[in-house]
Amino acid sequence: MNSNFHWRPVLRALPDLIQAAFVTLEVAALSMLIGVVLGLALAMARDFTAPAAAPARWLAVAWVALARNTPALFQLYFFGFGLGAWGINMSPLAIVLAGLSFNNAGYLAETFRGGFRAVPAAQMRAALSLGMTRMQAMTRIVVPQVLRAVWHPLTNQMVWAVLMSSLGMLVGLHELAGETQAQASRTFRIFEYFAVAAVIYYVVVKLLVLGARLMAWRLFRGWSPA
Amino acid sequence: MIQIENLHKKFGALEVLRGIDLAVNKGEVLSIIGASGSGKSTLLYCINGLEPISEGRVLVDGVDVHARGTDLNRLRQRLGMVFQQWNSFPHLTVLENVALAPRIVRGLPRAKAEEVARRQLEHVGLGDKLAQYPAALSGGQQQRLAIARALAMEPEYMLFDEATSALDPELVGEVLDTMRMLAAEGMTMICVTHEMGFAREVSDRVAFFHQGRIEEIGRPEEMFGKPRSPKLKRFLAKVL
Ligand SMILES: Nc1ncnc2c1ncn2[C@@H]1O[C@H](COP(=O)(O)OP(=O)(O)OP(=O)(O)O)[C@@H](O)[C@H]1O
Ligand SMILES: [Mg+2]
Repeated sequence: MNSNFHWRPVLRALPDLIQAAFVTLEVAALSMLIGVVLGLALAMARDFTAPAAAPARWLAVAWVALARNTPALFQLYFFGFGLGAWGINMSPLAIVLAGLSFNNAGYLAETFRGGFRAVPAAQMRAALSLGMTRMQAMTRIVVPQVLRAVWHPLTNQMVWAVLMSSLGMLVGLHELAGETQAQASRTFRIFEYFAVAAVIYYVVVKLLVLGARLMAWRLFRGWSPA
Repeated sequence: MIQIENLHKKFGALEVLRGIDLAVNKGEVLSIIGASGSGKSTLLYCINGLEPISEGRVLVDGVDVHARGTDLNRLRQRLGMVFQQWNSFPHLTVLENVALAPRIVRGLPRAKAEEVARRQLEHVGLGDKLAQYPAALSGGQQQRLAIARALAMEPEYMLFDEATSALDPELVGEVLDTMRMLAAEGMTMICVTHEMGFAREVSDRVAFFHQGRIEEIGRPEEMFGKPRSPKLKRFLAKVL
């Protein structure tokens, strides 16, 4: 190993970094949860046709467009500094959660719209013809198939949320990147710290993807090919 | 008994059903034939309330299907329907496909629902496929699954919308045989079909649809043997 690198400080800080990785996971998971709920609502609002629902539809269209077409960092800064200018001051955690949830919801809205379109209308009709209520047909027949259709993009978004949460560093959140930054600047071992943090990100993401794959196998084994 | 009185159905400006009067008695097998677009599927959808109607009435055992306040979910339990496209539920096993509605609609306990499902699946010859997913079935088997699924609700009537026309030719026979079996058991059936052999041999009556009207209706011998309407003659000349 090149003598210019000093790994000992970063290895000593490993427990702190791993703890911070849990913050990262929490933020990502929570923002996904909120993103899924809001994304579903946006997906439905976009397909509202009633004239009275036009404002909801336009809100949804604008939300999706902004979330998908502007840098995630700007979205975060909006909740941090933009709202700050209006006198609304949020904690670093709240800023990151709001920013990521906003972003997730925008992407997931499109994902869910595609997912619902992937289930043929005939499935709903067949369920109704058996005497199921619309609600039963939705929860028992349509939604499970939507879930399979969106599983992959949902996993991707979760990975994306983990990586995006590193922006928390810029608003003072001590998730993995923030913690790494704080410790690295104290010891000036910038490269070593970020290299180790990158490995942790890598492992976290790989584990998530593996877990999602295992779950998909458990859930969707035997179903007709997508 | 299914009674249809002066039924009109419009999709926007397009009038697809233009005054249908028809009564189907308990135990009867009625086949509906006619050119594509003549409104045959639409009629079936109007009978079980999957499509709203524009004018007229549909009564199923005296219950007005399209009246405000009619419990359609309850009514549909009396009306089994099999569609042209086999729409088995891909995320459920064969047994679950059939047992689900008896459980959540009829409210049977799981064990009882599965017993009903197993009986119906054996009835249509799928007793050895219970744990399979539909993806592993042929089109003909999926269509028999759809029949078993409808029968598990113990309906009074069965509506078939071209149950065989999406199937490969070699799979048509097994589905028609299942339908023949039901007819022989006394099930009341309305079958939209392009299978003239089936219509001729199994039906008590055949109705010929032309542009949203019943152009001619009668016993199969009359309809196929000595059709009166020139339109029916032309139709038969084309399909036979
Ligand atoms: N949901 C709908 N919206 C608008 N038009 C429709 C709709 N469903 C059916 N139609 C039209 O109504 C007419 C009758 O359709 P229908 O499906 O009842 O015919 P069909 O006799 O069953 O024909 P096929 O033999 O092709 O199944 C067709 O012109 C069709 O395009
Ligand atoms: Mg049709």
